[in-house]
Amino acid sequence: MPIAVKLTINGKEASANVEPRTLLVEMIREHLRLTGTHVGCDTTQCGCCVVHLDGKAVKSCTMLAVQANGRAVTTIEGLASPDGKLHPMQEAFREHHGLQCGFCTPGMVMMGVDIARRLPGADEKTVRQELEGNLCRCTGYQGIVNAILSVVNPGAVKAHH
Amino acid sequence: MRNFNYHLARDVADAAAKIIASEDGKLMAGGMTLIPTLKQRLASPDDVIDLGAIAGLKGIAREGDEIVIGAMTTHAEVAASDIVRSAIPALAEMAGGIGDPAVRHRGTIGGSTANADPAADYPGGIVGLGASIVTNTRKIAGDEFFTGLFETALESGEIITQVRFPIPRKAHYLKFRHPASGYAVVGVMVARTASGVRVGVTGAGPSAFRASAFEAALSKDFNAGAIGNLELSADGLLNDIHFSGEYRAHVAGVFIRRCVAAML
Repeated sequence: MPIAVKLTINGKEASANVEPRTLLVEMIREHLRLTGTHVGCDTTQCGCCVVHLDGKAVKSCTMLAVQANGRAVTTIEGLASPDGKLHPMQEAFREHHGLQCGFCTPGMVMMGVDIARRLPGADEKTVRQELEGNLCRCTGYQGIVNAILSVVNPGAVKAHH
Repeated sequence: MRNFNYHLARDVADAAAKIIASEDGKLMAGGMTLIPTLKQRLASPDDVIDLGAIAGLKGIAREGDEIVIGAMTTHAEVAASDIVRSAIPALAEMAGGIGDPAVRHRGTIGGSTANADPAADYPGGIVGLGASIVTNTRKIAGDEFFTGLFETALESGEIITQVRFPIPRKAHYLKFRHPASGYAVVGVMVARTASGVRVGVTGAGPSAFRASAFEAALSKDFNAGAIGNLELSADGLLNDIHFSGEYRAHVAGVFIRRCVAAML
């Protein structure tokens, strides 16, 4: 039996009739047509599907859509200003070449924003530990780590070679 | 994932009534184990009863000599709690090492405890610190709670509401993180308490257990010398494609010694 789920997505009210088993990421991508959030592994490991639920990073492949009823969800599409100005974390990924193929990038950026919220001033080791649940199969971690570090702790960024 | 009927429980009594009324129902706390299990069709319940809206199950407080944690409190909340960090820093440290940051924002102490995964961290912390589990019907000693592989003392319709940790004089937790899953290949919680030393081991066996020979030696004299060449028996420990029982027993012994060294 379909369930009506209402939530705030990127600041706007949205609703969809979903099945109990519909995952939050499926509602975001297929019902709300916001395809910036990716599904990499679908097993809670890769972090490509990370979104913010009431401001905290969660894996949207490991939540039912109905669990987000009445909550506020932010996806990668909600980070930039309406005039197109990038969020500082997005700008940092561009600046530090924090992406190669780009598939993991939405989750990496969303996790980067969460790390910046929780751990201002974090060192490189901490940033790497905090990326435990976000995998880049291009193995482009140095640029990703530098991008996040440049926001949370600019002095700790290693010089470009 | 097969479909199911979704129920949002109003309170604990409502959740208990719904799980009892269901022929094949599952309670959902944070869903960090349940949802992957449903996806793999390792479970296909008729009903999923969501505990996520029960406000009274969340929160952390100090009550006398105990830290009381509501069952729906997330790992991230335990890890960041000033109350936990000042009273039992080893517990905050342990919670902060579960899974990854996104998992810690959803996964709960009650869910992890009820699930009793042999490689989960909380069972080691509960047994090592001598915590007790409060349910909607009774209080269960942590030592009697974990009864086997994914098996607990919980009866049908019984729901965890709190986990109560007595504050130790000092404690230390160390785990050998599986490099892929982050689960404990071996996790060790050593605690010095008013009534002696406790050593809880998770990851190594089918369920968390106390290393009694180590406890006895350390209660007499708390230093690595007191343990001497003491070894944990590999009998009954997990033996799988990742690690043998002998290896797990060895790592547990090494980690107990490292915990002791860190506490001196």
